[in-house]
Amino acid sequence: MELVLATAIGVMTGCGVWLILRPRTYQVIVGLSLLSYAVNLFIFGVGGVKTNVPPILVDGVPNSTLADPVPQALVLTAIVIGFATTALFLVVLLASRGLTGTDHVDGRNDPR
Amino acid sequence: MAGATALLSLLIVASFYPSVTNGGVLRFEGTWLPQLGLNFTLRMDGFAWLFSMLIAGIGFLVVVYARYYMSEDDPVPRFFSFLLAFMGAMLGIVISGNVILLSVFWELTSIFSFLLISYWHNNAAARDGARMALTITGIGGFCLLIGLLLLGNIVGSYDLDKILAAGDVIRGHSLYVPALVFILLGALTKSAQFPFHFWLPNAMSAPTPVSAYLHSATMVKAGVFLLVRFWPVLSGTYEWFYLVGLAGIITLVLGAYFAMFQQDLKGLLAYSTISHLGLITTLLSLGSPLATVAAIFHMVNHATFKASLFMAAGIIDHETGTRDMRRLSGLFRYLPITGTLAMVASAAMAGVPLLNGFLSKEMFFAEAVETHADSILDRILPYVATLASAFSVAYSLRFIHTVFFGPPPTDLPKPKPHEPPRWMRFPIDLLVVACLIVGIIPAISIGPFLHTAVVSVLGPETPEYSLSIWHGVNLPLIMSAIALVGGTLLYLSLRKYLATCEDGPPILRNLKGQRIFERVLVEVSWRWARSLERRFGTRNLQPQLRWVVATGFLAGLLPLYLSGFETRDIAFSGIDPAFAAIWLLGICLAFGTAYLAKYHRLAALVMLGGVGLIVCITFVWLSAPDLAITQLLVEIVTTVLILLGLRWLPKRTEGLAESITLRARFRRFRDLALAVVCGIGMTFIAYAVMTMPVPDTIANYFLENAYSQGGGRNVVNVILVDFRGFDTLGEIAVLGVVALTVFALLRRFRPADDSMDLPEQQRIQNSFDEDRPERSAGDTVRDYLLVPSVIMTWLFPVIITFAVYIFMRGHDMPGGGFSAGLTLSIAFLLQYLAGGTRWAEDRLRILPLRWMGAGILTASATGIGAWFFGYPFLTSHFQYVELPLIGKMPAATALLFDLGVFSLVVGSTVLILVALAHQSIRINRLRAIDAARTEEG
Repeated sequence: MELVLATAIGVMTGCGVWLILRPRTYQVIVGLSLLSYAVNLFIFGVGGVKTNVPPILVDGVPNSTLADPVPQALVLTAIVIGFATTALFLVVLLASRGLTGTDHVDGRNDPR
Repeated sequence: MAGATALLSLLIVASFYPSVTNGGVLRFEGTWLPQLGLNFTLRMDGFAWLFSMLIAGIGFLVVVYARYYMSEDDPVPRFFSFLLAFMGAMLGIVISGNVILLSVFWELTSIFSFLLISYWHNNAAARDGARMALTITGIGGFCLLIGLLLLGNIVGSYDLDKILAAGDVIRGHSLYVPALVFILLGALTKSAQFPFHFWLPNAMSAPTPVSAYLHSATMVKAGVFLLVRFWPVLSGTYEWFYLVGLAGIITLVLGAYFAMFQQDLKGLLAYSTISHLGLITTLLSLGSPLATVAAIFHMVNHATFKASLFMAAGIIDHETGTRDMRRLSGLFRYLPITGTLAMVASAAMAGVPLLNGFLSKEMFFAEAVETHADSILDRILPYVATLASAFSVAYSLRFIHTVFFGPPPTDLPKPKPHEPPRWMRFPIDLLVVACLIVGIIPAISIGPFLHTAVVSVLGPETPEYSLSIWHGVNLPLIMSAIALVGGTLLYLSLRKYLATCEDGPPILRNLKGQRIFERVLVEVSWRWARSLERRFGTRNLQPQLRWVVATGFLAGLLPLYLSGFETRDIAFSGIDPAFAAIWLLGICLAFGTAYLAKYHRLAALVMLGGVGLIVCITFVWLSAPDLAITQLLVEIVTTVLILLGLRWLPKRTEGLAESITLRARFRRFRDLALAVVCGIGMTFIAYAVMTMPVPDTIANYFLENAYSQGGGRNVVNVILVDFRGFDTLGEIAVLGVVALTVFALLRRFRPADDSMDLPEQQRIQNSFDEDRPERSAGDTVRDYLLVPSVIMTWLFPVIITFAVYIFMRGHDMPGGGFSAGLTLSIAFLLQYLAGGTRWAEDRLRILPLRWMGAGILTASATGIGAWFFGYPFLTSHFQYVELPLIGKMPAATALLFDLGVFSLVVGSTVLILVALAHQSIRINRLRAIDAARTEEG
């Protein structure tokens, strides 16, 4: 399980890094989304990979067998904040596109 | 007001006198940062008392004087507040009992002196002078801080008393020299000693009361004060003697020499101040207790006569409109009283018998003659002292003779000078009387106070000294006589030349410290910065990001490299094939997203959504139901959001205008390499972290206490709304701020010209309508997706119920405020999608700003509510209540908090999406306006 998850994180990181280095704003926004998936999964993975033991207290089940709730709480807010930053970035890119007429990240097509 | 404050502080200080006589020390200690050994300690001994008296006393006189000096047009409240603030900082230096505190006050005096010097801020000279003073004394203050930290490190305490008691330890320590050098840098810059003297004359563009206060009695005295303060622990070594002595002697002679050739009255006084401070520094360098007595005595004397002289110069400036000695002459007939006072004061400055300046100068000569450390410096000192004294006689004489005697002035800006108001002259009266009293009956007037001060500095080493005018005919008296006669002769011989010459001494006139300073400043702050920026800076985003990523990668690699790799067997066993298959798909989708994002935005977006769904499935699989719910909902909202944004992006078709240069190819290859290594690195790190045995974490704490303290079974939710509620409050605030920012940005949004037309699809649909007579334009657009839109409309109540359900169960089961909020906003969103913006808004009035406001208020109020029950912010209370129909239901205050989260999430999400959706309508309106304009034009 860990191997699959680690590979997935690696691939998403690689794709994300590649995309945020591209010159078009849309690519950067998609790249950031991919990167945030990777980072969220990574943080989540730090707590250990366990199946079928959600951190919900049930009488009779010892607490120590449950999944670690702390990374989950961190990631949960990270997901929501991630949405907010995506929205903000999207609007900034739209405004920049409206002002400069291009969707290049530097606001001009000819790289100096 | 200001005068009353100053007078009050003077009286307070004076009232402390009984407790500081005979070496008593007054202490006040307040805890500040005890962990760092940093306490707000105030301490007053005899020396500090004497200095405080000077600061408060002269401060009071300056305030009285300034009341008449400042013109009505100046912003006087600002002036007085700065002056009082400066006075406070200065008192702080004098009475702080902790060296770090001292350094803080030291910096404060630099800042307030900057503000005071640049008080007439529309005057370029004032601004430059202030900036220079701040730069020099600021650098000095920084050095002082380093020096004091070193000192504190040597002693092991920053407490002044402990430091003063550890003289031998300090002098024997290997860090003594660096500490000494840094402290001296601080003191010498502040006291305008060579080679840092040049800021003082440039600071003369300050209003005269400021000069009288800062540059005679206080600011510049802070440096020598510091030298005296640390004299018991730092002095007596060769390093001390050479560093302090050399600076002092050069300053003494050079200052006096420069002063002779000044044409500006205040310039003359400024250089004379430099010279007198040099004298004090020289005295301190000698390391003998008697010299220190003389230094302290001279500090007081100098403050009195120099403050009065500055004030007199201010009166002359005020009455005649100029300070240029080439234009002033014969003023005695207009200003007889001021003239007399100035004469007495400058006689004190020259060291004429029966005045206070004479006494301390005699002591200086006596010390100069004594041999302290056998060296050239020591041997030449008597001659240098006499020479400087002669210079000082010459410039004092010049000050009086040029200004008050000679023919009546001819070209004054204000032709009819007359005596100033009674109270403007009062401070000078008082100070000059003080000069006389101290000069004639020193033992009775200043004697006891001086003794108190000296005892507090020297302690048991206090020497026998006598403060009397007549010691018999001895060497110092002869030196004084030589200086008086020599100075007079010097003035007479230079008189003609001085009456016409340019400002500044011959030959050295062109070598200005100021100019050197400015050149250095320009070089460092402008040219170097520019060339650094040119070489290493870029305004393009891509290289910046590339550096960030590469640095991040290296930063991740470095600790691994340093601590060595540890290979671990890769376990292929235990992999669920279904899970692997899902991620195989996910990996393909991720690659697809990366590949298609340039030309096929929609496809890339769909694939991105696919990756998101797989992440969501992973969360379900790996026991994180809350995350799965949130991820799913956010995925929906994000996709809609980006879809809304896509409409405003430019068209891009493959293979157009793309001639790939070699450079671009190289760039892509480099980025690819970077991406690949980052990906591989992340894989390894992630694998390593996940397979590491999980140590005992704080997770257990939360798992154990979630129910007993938070009253919830869903631990993730309990953490969010209860244990870490404050973090969550911050996060929803961020969300709200982002939503408002988006809203504000979109209000002024104007798309690029090529996005202004209707979308292609709408055009096709409209033309289809126009072709058929039975359809009117817009029908197809409306009927498009008719069946789904009906379903969406009908689903509205269902989704709302679902949202409420998710919210309610959140504390015990997966769900909660975040996911419920997102669900409800999706419900709203679907109505917009189903019927269009106008349709939805005719039927639904959502006020997202109200939702947001209510949310943040509810959340905060819940937190504050805990205060009323005597608990810290956001402490939650819970109990189970029996509700009809629903049954037993947890009612924790955390639920209220979660309600706030819920409300804010709804408000923010809806605000962002609706603001973006509204753009289409706005653009239609804009287009209509544009069209109307074209028709008109």
